[in-house]
Amino acid sequence: MAETVQLTINGREIEAEKGKLLIEVARENGIEIPAFCYYEGLSLQAACRMCLVEVEKTPKLQVGCTLPVAAGMVIHTESPTVQQARKGTLEFLLTNHPLDCPVCDKGGECELQDMVFRYGAGESRFTERKLHVPEKQWSPVVFFDAPRCILCYRCVRVCNEGMGVNALGIAERGVRAEIVPNHHDYLECDECGACIDICPVGALTSGIYRYQTRPWEMNHVGTICTHCADGCRTTLGVRNEKIIRGNNRDRSGINGEFLCVKGRYAFDFVEHPERLQSPMLKTGDGFEPVSWSKALEIIGGRFAEFKKAGANFGVIGSNHTTNEENFFLQKFARQGLGTNNIDHHRTGDLATFFDALSGRTDALATVSDLYTAKAIVIVGSDLSQQHPLLANQIRANVRHHGAHVYTLTPGPVREEKLAVFTVRLPGTKQDLEALREKLKTESDVTMVFGGGASQHGMRGFIGMGDSLGIPVKYICLVDYSNSRGAFDMGVIPRDGGMCLEEMLGSTDLDVLWVVGANPLKNATLASEKAFVVVQDLFMTETAKRADIVLPAASAYEKNGTVTNVCGEIQKLKAAIKVMGTKTDLEIMGLIAKEMGLNLGIWLPDKVLDEIRATVHGYNVPLPVITTGGAAPTLPLNGRVAALPGSIASAGDTLFTSGSLSRYSKILNSIIEAPGELYADRATPRPVLPGEVTPA
Amino acid sequence: MTFSPNLEEKFAKMLAAYPEGRKRSAVVPMLIYAQDETGAITPELIEEVARRCEVAPLQVDEVVGYYSMLHRKPLGKYHVQVCTNISCMLVGGTELYEHAKKKLGIGNKEVTADGQFSVEEVECMGACSWAPAVEINYDFHHFVTPEKLDKLIDGLRKKQ
Repeated sequence: MAETVQLTINGREIEAEKGKLLIEVARENGIEIPAFCYYEGLSLQAACRMCLVEVEKTPKLQVGCTLPVAAGMVIHTESPTVQQARKGTLEFLLTNHPLDCPVCDKGGECELQDMVFRYGAGESRFTERKLHVPEKQWSPVVFFDAPRCILCYRCVRVCNEGMGVNALGIAERGVRAEIVPNHHDYLECDECGACIDICPVGALTSGIYRYQTRPWEMNHVGTICTHCADGCRTTLGVRNEKIIRGNNRDRSGINGEFLCVKGRYAFDFVEHPERLQSPMLKTGDGFEPVSWSKALEIIGGRFAEFKKAGANFGVIGSNHTTNEENFFLQKFARQGLGTNNIDHHRTGDLATFFDALSGRTDALATVSDLYTAKAIVIVGSDLSQQHPLLANQIRANVRHHGAHVYTLTPGPVREEKLAVFTVRLPGTKQDLEALREKLKTESDVTMVFGGGASQHGMRGFIGMGDSLGIPVKYICLVDYSNSRGAFDMGVIPRDGGMCLEEMLGSTDLDVLWVVGANPLKNATLASEKAFVVVQDLFMTETAKRADIVLPAASAYEKNGTVTNVCGEIQKLKAAIKVMGTKTDLEIMGLIAKEMGLNLGIWLPDKVLDEIRATVHGYNVPLPVITTGGAAPTLPLNGRVAALPGSIASAGDTLFTSGSLSRYSKILNSIIEAPGELYADRATPRPVLPGEVTPA
Repeated sequence: MTFSPNLEEKFAKMLAAYPEGRKRSAVVPMLIYAQDETGAITPELIEEVARRCEVAPLQVDEVVGYYSMLHRKPLGKYHVQVCTNISCMLVGGTELYEHAKKKLGIGNKEVTADGQFSVEEVECMGACSWAPAVEINYDFHHFVTPEKLDKLIDGLRKKQ
């Protein structure tokens, strides 16, 4: 326990940890000291002078954000002197700040506006002309309006420290000082938009949100990003059934404020002109729109016929749809259609992972564990490109807690800069011995396995972890928002079912039912006679082969739950409705109804009840997830049989997200920062020497 | 980018002088010494210093923008810096600065056509006791009058 001291703030006796910053002590005790430049989690700047406080027996006002508390201090945070000083600071900040609040994006949620309102610094003694500089566009999504900038350095610090990108800096000095991007007139960066979010004023604005709406005219819907598997909560600003912005300023969810380019901007696929809005029936060469009732009648009728004839069904599920939909789909396949031929595009070897961890508890790391772990081993993954949230957690951990990072990757990755130990895969036996020796000196370890950790590589590393005699937790990386859920719900070819490749390769497949996947993107369907039903957002390669295509709702248009890469369940909340579409769950329920099957009620909450009651590890506390939290699942606690079929990482970068990114104009418009995603799929996977498994 | 053996030696010594992981401390001295040798701070020089000090080029750029002694364009062979801050101003610093510009026929931070002289209005150089003060390259000149400045400049012209 750290030494504590007694001090007085605004007449209140307060006990605090010695040396802690006054601004933090005050906040913990419910006293707000205003500040522009101070930002939790970033380095101190002491540039804005808003947090001035009066400390008795000290002649001048002190800066609250850099003042360590000491015993016996008597502090006033809102005395007339302090208020006068803050008013003066604001008057200075407003000398060049344009008063264009009525058209500024930030109006209504601007920290400067709030402060001027609070301290009543509405009058100015400055009669000089305001210095004006034209607005600049740095990238399709980042605009900079220099006169509005109050030079708090938040954006510079969040980019340098938070993101580790170093794309922003300050040019010139004094009144001409201005934030500049790394290429002087354009940005080359991750385009994460953290600088826009963190800006206390409207100096940095978002290309997609600017001049679209006033913040108070939107509804804010907290849901989960549908792009990668990290499960970031994104709060969508919705107005008139249109998603206008995505951010997470309220720090709800496992990601705090963090979002990458996809979470922040890439929701525009929902309104792409090619979005399907009516069921499509194949007629000769083309498709013609038909009514939902007709489409469902045809599918229900054909499915029932095929089932009666004992036909060969193949069902392909999705790594984008909800747990409820995946659960219902596998139930439909197994109980309704009587087939075990069900699979999805598997992007990580979860079967091996769970099997290697069988009989263990407390072995799955959560997203927050990456922020607190003392040591992190990254095997075969380019986290900054493929798992931006996990990479962010690791960066924050290194910055705040000095965590040790170990990387073993086939190509260069950004995390190597933070690493204390790096190996270029395939490594040698000596490399792994050296790693083990180093890890022995740590007090706890979290290991992250990417696509580069092949089957026995993963078992070897888990064996190594076990031999260390310290707590070790693991993460098996998967791509897409619900790959983990699809596996856990049983959208896998267990009990002798055909895997995805076998279904596509089988010449006597009678029916192929694809829900939210595009397996024919790089493959062909061998069975020419197969009756193909596809549920998707767009006319994908697979949909083009279909006999009937049903327009599905995207994740931003449905309720339900998804499971992230670390096995944490979170709730989706529908933000908008797109005319003509139905959720995959409703579509499946309606097909079941047409077939006269009783598969239970197809409401997300009812299906979730069934999942909690029947799926191992999913009996999560409802209050946690219904209030927007992330409830960790437990791994299957027993041996897991190996599955047929291949596993391939999608190889998405920070700027792609399977077929969704093809339909996101904004993602396609962004100049990509040169990421160095090593060709995960193109090169043979590195195999670690099997003999490293400790005896 | 490489520098003279002398400067390379200086840089090597500098980089070794700071504690582990603090190579960025060498940014300012490196820039000023390199500027003396190359005449101006070019984008290549910024890249080079950033590489050697293990910081982003933008961070070196920030330093160049901040310090008025660092110049992105080449200066004259003789850089005449005239102080116009309060102590010098009170005893004719401003007139001296105006005189220097007239004498050389150039404006602030401009270079004469022959590339020999440049002039700059600078802030306090810490020579208030001997105001008005002028610094030409690294040499200080005290109690400067317009006549004294003419002589100085003419003397430097002859030296060539």
